[in-house]
Amino acid sequence: MASQVKRADIIFAPYSEYPYKILGEALKKSPDDIIDALIKSGLRGRGGAGFPTGLKWKFAKKAQGDEKYVVCNADEGEPGTFKDRDILVKVPRKMLSGMGICAHVTGATKGFIYLRAEYDYLKDALQKEIDFFHQHCEKYGLDFHVEIKSGAGAYVVGEETALLNSAEGKRGEPRNKPPFPVTEGFLNKPTVVNNVETFVNAMMVCRIGAEEFAKYGMRGQKGSKLFSIAGDTPKPGVYELELGLTVEELVNEFGDGNTKAVQVGGVSGFCVPSAKFKEKTIGFPGKDDVNYIPTGGSIMLFNHTRSMYHVLENYLEFFEEESCGQCTPCRVGTQQLLKGIKAIKKGKKDPAYLDTLYKLAETMKITSKCGLGQSVANSFCSIVDEFKEEIIY
Amino acid sequence: MPDTTKLIENLVEKYGKKRESLLPILKGIIEEERYLSEDRMLEVAKALDISGAEVYGTASFYSFLDLKPRGKHIIRVCKTIVCDMKGKNEVLKTIKDCLGINVGETTSDGTFTLLQTNCIGQCDHAPAMLIDGEVYNELNAEKVRNIIKEYKLNRQN
Ligand SMILES: Cc1cc2nc3c(=O)[nH]c(=O)nc-3n(C[C@H](O)[C@H](O)[C@H](O)COP(=O)(O)O)c2cc1C
Ligand code: SF4
Repeated sequence: MASQVKRADIIFAPYSEYPYKILGEALKKSPDDIIDALIKSGLRGRGGAGFPTGLKWKFAKKAQGDEKYVVCNADEGEPGTFKDRDILVKVPRKMLSGMGICAHVTGATKGFIYLRAEYDYLKDALQKEIDFFHQHCEKYGLDFHVEIKSGAGAYVVGEETALLNSAEGKRGEPRNKPPFPVTEGFLNKPTVVNNVETFVNAMMVCRIGAEEFAKYGMRGQKGSKLFSIAGDTPKPGVYELELGLTVEELVNEFGDGNTKAVQVGGVSGFCVPSAKFKEKTIGFPGKDDVNYIPTGGSIMLFNHTRSMYHVLENYLEFFEEESCGQCTPCRVGTQQLLKGIKAIKKGKKDPAYLDTLYKLAETMKITSKCGLGQSVANSFCSIVDEFKEEIIY
Repeated sequence: MPDTTKLIENLVEKYGKKRESLLPILKGIIEEERYLSEDRMLEVAKALDISGAEVYGTASFYSFLDLKPRGKHIIRVCKTIVCDMKGKNEVLKTIKDCLGINVGETTSDGTFTLLQTNCIGQCDHAPAMLIDGEVYNELNAEKVRNIIKEYKLNRQN
């Protein structure tokens, strides 16, 4: 039998006899027990970077501050990602429960959901659920208040420190790290920033227990993950799968029979050509493990009718527009990469110029201030490595 | 159109006279006037007691905070890769034909502005666009024509 993806159903499954049951139960547990359970579960952030959630909460709990914040990152701007949208529509209660549990653990009394402007249409329904959540906080004696802060159209604001600046009413430019948000976050107070899905998972660890949660996942990866699957596939949509699947397994399930490449992790992730479908696994890499590719959930499939030059050009236009312009390698680098591949395509530059661009991308990786500039090389180099002819001719 | 001094006063009252309120206040003005004029930005600066440059610097950072006059309805067609693959060009062409404008332009009666935008999180229903805050997806030429017709007929105010 061909190897298959393993479906999971913990995120969208109906879970409780009455609303906010798990929140009520979790509030009776000690913060340290919850932190231990999160660490044991192996849960890592679902927004892309994969920081261990239990540790983040532990740092924020330890941090000194008269006021602390819990922030839900619902900026979901990575091209090809739309799974947080489905959580916000279908199970916002689970996400809010996770935020409430985080408040209990860290001692935060205020929180907000940073909702991207493109999702403004979800605001009214979400606010209703927040009101309902507040009733339960009151009932359980949890001093915690959540509001919605709306974005205004900027991809980089998904980066956590840029998000905090934006929430403070400023330009959404990333800050230097350290200090990290857990010690100096919103208004310089200790702040936990987690992805929408991470809060749902944290709540799920409280519900089913760390051992049960850690049973999900293959090849050493822990838990299930939502994937946003789009592009050349007969069944685009949001799917919950066990982490640690190979790209081949994914393509067997979702491909259209003619898959040429898969973009894992959005435009800031990696492009995997068909020759490497077998060896690439989706999950968090250990040390120097190049065969694991992390993702916030974006999976885009391309079939053989697609020009990879066109794909790369589209990505670079995206980066050029979304670079916040704060640091030179990224601001100028994104412009030059785009200009450069166009010039090569038109024959105005020698094909060898592609090597210069490649080096530029690598330089951006080590000299850019934030994850945006640092990750342009991921897609640029992985596409150029494999589809050089298509880029040049 | 409401009195703008009043509008800004109301927004400041609603969100509080603090730096963090700047974005919600600017979004509130956009909702009423579709763009931020220099005068409005200066009024906001005064109301929040910060410099005009700070208001402009913040406003100019965000793509949904327009600084140029816009039509009553702003159409934003997604141009990121999946929508691009699934027929974004046909959507754009249909809108251009229906309205007689190019990307970045506003119809002469001031009803529609046509813009492009980056990924709006509708890739599973591509191609997609936003009109004001609303999402329209799984678009094709006919669907687009009907949507525009509906806006022309029913959303005059
Ligand atoms: C350019 C850029 C964009 C990002 N966009 C998002 C986003 O839309 N949503 C998100 O949860 N994390 C995003 N992140 C990651 C956040 O910085 C941060 O790591 C995450 O919100 C932490 O939550 P987690 O540990 O639960 O994943 C982005 C990072 C970068 C560099
Ligand atoms: S890397 Fe790019 S997006 Fe990040 S701070 Fe520098 S210019 Fe801004």
